[in-house]
Amino acid sequence: MLSTRWQPMADVQGEVNRLRDEMDRLFGRWTGRRFPLAPTAYPLMNVWEDEENLFVEAELPGMELGELEIYVHGDQLAVKGERKEPSSDKGTWHRQERGHGKFARVLELPLAVDEDKVEAAFKNGVLTITLPKRAEAKPRRIEVRAD
Amino acid sequence: MSQLAKQEHPEATPAVERTRECPSYTPRFDILETDEELVLYGDLPGVEPADLDIRFENRELTVHGKVAPRHTERRHLYGEYGIGDFFRTFAIGETIDSGKISAELKNGVLSLHLPKTEAVKPKRIAVKAG
Repeated sequence: MLSTRWQPMADVQGEVNRLRDEMDRLFGRWTGRRFPLAPTAYPLMNVWEDEENLFVEAELPGMELGELEIYVHGDQLAVKGERKEPSSDKGTWHRQERGHGKFARVLELPLAVDEDKVEAAFKNGVLTITLPKRAEAKPRRIEVRAD
Repeated sequence: MSQLAKQEHPEATPAVERTRECPSYTPRFDILETDEELVLYGDLPGVEPADLDIRFENRELTVHGKVAPRHTERRHLYGEYGIGDFFRTFAIGETIDSGKISAELKNGVLSLHLPKTEAVKPKRIAVKAG
């Protein structure tokens, strides 16, 4: 959908594309995309697990860890922040695809986590939150005795 | 934030065929033009500065960020975006002084400065009072 050619005279085309993108967003059309059910929320999130932890990851380029508010309450994980607009006191924008503004996202976790031991790391614009599972949520190995 | 889903790169194989089997995505860019330069800001989350390849030749700017797979040993429970390389090419119409291009990658955001050559910079003509 995005043209990868930059043409200074194509401002009208850019306006048409922007309008179409806005319509897509309003009417929830996600055709031809890899994750057709991805909600119109920011940031998008992925969740992994191993036996001990849940791992929630979000791509938040341009943020600092200190600017992010992360809360865990019960089975809900909230991530809040504000992405600032790049400063431009002079000059003309030819493309503005990156978006900025305040965002907040609440994700329901699939199992109980230890709220006090949650850790967050931020590297190269990728936030990774490690949530240790509560003992009752960990898989238990059942010993099978041979007769 | 009109397009939140990551855009998979439209070409199955970009200019060069890749040996790694992973999807490649079109990174989002902002482009600012001032009298002196073009400034490109691009979102490249997960790219290490050493894994970013930027080339400028024949008025074509190519940005290729390699992204190492993450969480490969873990079980995937829920997904809203894919992880893969970033690839994008721009045709640059302005005359750029290619020797003075500078790039910085911080917190997953690339800032790329393309200074214009002296010849194309707008010149202000001083008007003398008669």
